[in-house]
Amino acid sequence: MASIAIRGVKKNYAKTQVVHGVDLDFASGEFVVILGPSGCGKSTLLRMIAGLEEISDGTIAIDGTVVNKLEPRERGCAMVFQNYALYPHMSVAQNIGYSLKVAGVPSAERAQRVQAVARVLELEHLLDRKPMALSGGQRQRVAMGRAMIREPKVFLFDEPLSNLDAKLRVQMRSEIRKLHRRLSATSVFVTHDQVEAMTLADRLVVMNGGRVEQVGTPAEVYSRPASRFVATFVGAPAMNMLEGTVTLDGLSLLGGSRKLNVSRTGVPVGAKVAVGIRPEAVRMVAPGTPGALAATVDLIEELGAGRAVYVDLDGAPFSVVTSEIVHSEPGSTIGLQFAEADLHFFSSETGGRLDVFKASVPEPVL
Amino acid sequence: MEKRVTFSKWTIGILFAVPQLILIFTFFYWPAGQAVYWSLTLQQPWGGGNIWVGLDNFRSILSNASYWDSITASMIFAGISTGLAMTIALVLAALTDRQLAGSWLYRVVLIWPYGIAAPALALAFRFILAPEAGFMAVVNQVWPGSWDPGLDGTDAMASIIIAFSWKYVGYNFIFFLAAFQAIPRSLIEAAAMDGSGVIRRFWDIQFPLITPTIFFLLVINITESFQDSFGIVDIMTAGGPANATNLMVYKIYSDGFKGLDYSGAAAQSIILMLLIIALTIVQFRFIERRVHYR
Repeated sequence: MASIAIRGVKKNYAKTQVVHGVDLDFASGEFVVILGPSGCGKSTLLRMIAGLEEISDGTIAIDGTVVNKLEPRERGCAMVFQNYALYPHMSVAQNIGYSLKVAGVPSAERAQRVQAVARVLELEHLLDRKPMALSGGQRQRVAMGRAMIREPKVFLFDEPLSNLDAKLRVQMRSEIRKLHRRLSATSVFVTHDQVEAMTLADRLVVMNGGRVEQVGTPAEVYSRPASRFVATFVGAPAMNMLEGTVTLDGLSLLGGSRKLNVSRTGVPVGAKVAVGIRPEAVRMVAPGTPGALAATVDLIEELGAGRAVYVDLDGAPFSVVTSEIVHSEPGSTIGLQFAEADLHFFSSETGGRLDVFKASVPEPVL
Repeated sequence: MEKRVTFSKWTIGILFAVPQLILIFTFFYWPAGQAVYWSLTLQQPWGGGNIWVGLDNFRSILSNASYWDSITASMIFAGISTGLAMTIALVLAALTDRQLAGSWLYRVVLIWPYGIAAPALALAFRFILAPEAGFMAVVNQVWPGSWDPGLDGTDAMASIIIAFSWKYVGYNFIFFLAAFQAIPRSLIEAAAMDGSGVIRRFWDIQFPLITPTIFFLLVINITESFQDSFGIVDIMTAGGPANATNLMVYKIYSDGFKGLDYSGAAAQSIILMLLIIALTIVQFRFIERRVHYR
């Protein structure tokens, strides 16, 4: 169990900077997920915690000790790699027990501890096999076992589920969660998969372009995205964004075809803003319903439990997720309704969240 | 679907293959067949007539002490030069693999020795290792008479071993470096996370994973030490002193073309050929059954 404090951490490769000053605090025993698109610096950050990458600037402290200059083995971290990185010439038992062998643990005790870990991960019958004779899920478990046996202060996961098929991924997800509850070691999990991130995290860190965009519980990040990037990255289908301009009496949307009555403070007239609304927050109603927006259906995706309806709203793409049966055909007109409280506002220039608007439902310009 | 060009008549296909077949026949099968024939007959030194003697040539060679000395010299040469060339290359490659900046330069520079013809490099080493001038003269200055490949058989053997190893270090290095780089980086990182230091990682992870390459190079180096050593021996020691460096391949030449014992030389070359064939078979069998990890 250990807390991690990251202060002003930067990473440069030759002349390019890939991590631009990250400040984060992970509490002891917390399960933190770092979420971001590929190339956002999340893996680099994780590898800097592990000691596999040099820290260009700033400090990382584990349990109050600055670890910048420590070797990976001196940091008390264990890591599960994306491709598992199992030693191909060693059996499962040797793979799991390698760190103990290096540490000089007597072979009797080693065997006992390997057995104990194998029991937890249901690998007992596979201990003599070589990694290449294992399935993806089994390899994943061996990689977990190799990390567990060291009883580390910190668990690091570098996209460990991305090589598994969808069903196994869901299963391993819950196993990792259960394991964390058992061991309650501080865990940092890097992924680009938002469902993985939402389901696993105690706390979610969303990164983009080498910067932290938002830190919060999954529910916070979903319901109050701190930036336009977070709003569109978290949630599927992505949050609808309508571009608008601040006018004297509200917002002019979609090139002036709609207006939104909002009371604002502190945003100048003419400022560009984006109005976001989650597809799940939009209701489909009969066309012509008072207060509803008319839109043309483009495509309906059957999701089993619900349906994603992609519509054309005055030339802008817009999506709706509904659990109701959709009777409309592509090309037909439908009405869209939503509550004012579900609207999010972002500055078009900075991408930051604006909390200065009070909205009412947009009306067509007559 | 794979596209295939087919010939309407099989004769056209044969015609295309003929130039290559003629080359192989003229320069490989015919001389090889001739050598087998000579090894079973007694050839006149100045040509004209021969006597069929069966396996007598082989019997007389294998009962000749100087031939066994030549085999011993060849084995010592093969063992030490292969060991030296491979160990140095392995260490260099392991060090290069860790710091890859500019590794292309090492590759280019280190493959050059392999491109140099054996007699040319032998000439260079003859000067470098000359007892009366250059680097070794300094050693002789300090310990007089300690180095003279012209008089001392051990020194002569050491000279040709150094020259041959120098040539093959570069060749082995390229293969070792490629093998090291084929090991996924994450394996090394995982071992580092497991607490394994640089040396430990080398023995526990890298070394076992490059064993196929080690075996491949072992066979290639031994085979080449039987064949490619001719130019080096001829220029540097001419088999001497006192036959100390009279390797099998050199003895074939000196017995045949200097001693004009064509039949004995032919029998020796058949024995050397069988040895190399055996080594090649071992190599191919191993490569077929090679352990493929991942």
